[in-house]
Amino acid sequence: MRSCRLRMEAAMNSFEYKQAKDIPEALSLARADGTTTFVAGGTNLLDLWKYNITNPSQLIDINHLTELSEIRLLEDGVLMIGAGVRNAETAYHPIVEQNYPLLSRAILAGASPQIRNMATNGGNLLQRTRCYYFYDHEVPCNKRIPGSGCPAMSGYNRMHAILGTSEHCIAVFPSDMCVALAALDAVVNVTGPEGNRSIAFADFHRLPGDTPHLDNNLKEGELITAIKVPEKGFATNYAYLKLRDRHSYAFALVSVATGLALDGNRILEARIALGGVAHKPWRSLSAEAFLKGREANAENFAGAADLILKEAKGFGHNDFKIKLAKKAIIRNGLMALKPESQLPGAQPSA
Amino acid sequence: MLTKNQAPKRGVDSQSICFTINGRRESISIEPWVSLLDCLRDHLNLTGSKKGCDHGQCGACTIICDGKRILSCLSLAVMKDGAEITTIEGIAKGDELHPLQQAFIDHDAFQCGYCTPGQICSAIGLLKEGKANSRTEVKEMMSGNLCRCGANVGIIDAIMQVKDGGGHE
Repeated sequence: MRSCRLRMEAAMNSFEYKQAKDIPEALSLARADGTTTFVAGGTNLLDLWKYNITNPSQLIDINHLTELSEIRLLEDGVLMIGAGVRNAETAYHPIVEQNYPLLSRAILAGASPQIRNMATNGGNLLQRTRCYYFYDHEVPCNKRIPGSGCPAMSGYNRMHAILGTSEHCIAVFPSDMCVALAALDAVVNVTGPEGNRSIAFADFHRLPGDTPHLDNNLKEGELITAIKVPEKGFATNYAYLKLRDRHSYAFALVSVATGLALDGNRILEARIALGGVAHKPWRSLSAEAFLKGREANAENFAGAADLILKEAKGFGHNDFKIKLAKKAIIRNGLMALKPESQLPGAQPSA
Repeated sequence: MLTKNQAPKRGVDSQSICFTINGRRESISIEPWVSLLDCLRDHLNLTGSKKGCDHGQCGACTIICDGKRILSCLSLAVMKDGAEITTIEGIAKGDELHPLQQAFIDHDAFQCGYCTPGQICSAIGLLKEGKANSRTEVKEMMSGNLCRCGANVGIIDAIMQVKDGGGHE
């Protein structure tokens, strides 16, 4: 009865809607009380709203902000991707396809074509975990109600994190695009009431620690304007592998983005980022340093995998992820030597 | 029982929007929280687009908006002011079926038919995008539309026929 009544009350939620014409207007329309949400694609926001996870009093539509809508190469060779550009448009942009195929493939491994036509790049960074306990109002969740507990820890945790967890939260961040952006050392440009700032990708998302309700380091009222990707795109040797419970249109159990710079078969530089294993895209600089100067082969990728997964910890149902991640890292390293062998949807090649 | 999309008005005014649906201009006053899907079905009586999951997981609500396939359940109607929308009701020319509609019949590409409007709108979007060339790629690019009857083989056959045989716009 209680939960039924709560649901009925929740069903009464409504919000105001306003269209902003530019960034200053969007920022000035935002209320200072934290109940304003910017909306662009809305694919995750409306889902969360229907489940009563988020209840904004006001939506500011930022789809008409032309400042967010372009992809272009800057003079220093850096690619600037507007926060308001759709995921599909980004993945198929000629510069992205040519210079950053790892990013293109990661985007196309996520969601469905319809959602990629709607969802924006800024929104992709801000999507929330799909932990089923986070969505279920019948159970506690430290991310939804801080201090209430985490039933995933001792519950059904097949999809949950094996790295960077805390005693308060073992949720994973679900994005594919962000795994590639992490590997590519992207930078997030934001603007807000206190001005503009740039956030290194590694510092954008947070580990749960004792504040699992915070997914990232955006401050109240801040708006993502663009994502900048450095010139080095690892376009010759790259691969994105996504392992999941069905072939397509499912979130990753484990995903791997690999970029290699090679001299013959010797690794000059390696980038490896994992998705589906932590509260943020996971990178290990020590594993990447280990690969530097070594031959690109299964043995060395296994060595790197051991370093990446050194601190990995399972919670029962997700123990398999540790072994799966190791195999995925090795396989994706080898696939990066032959990028053309990759199949649509980031499935393992034969 | 009330669903969120039909939440009663509580001190928030309806907003006037205007869009083109299947070639016809429509002006409507609507609360900001009404999804485009509910707007089509409940306000404009266009019930071809289906509500399967209402959460973006099944694709039954797929429509074409400004030339692109999108999910109407995860769109707010107010955000589509000025848009050009095509639903399953708008793809045939009079009594002449769209080639994909005919191909779906030819290949037994449905059983219960509930997912079919979304499948066909999605396939129209896919063909327009021109990114899926092989059968494997078509399967991958149709993965956002579920068919619980299991007519998927027929669905892919139908799309391949139209893709290879032309006849679509």
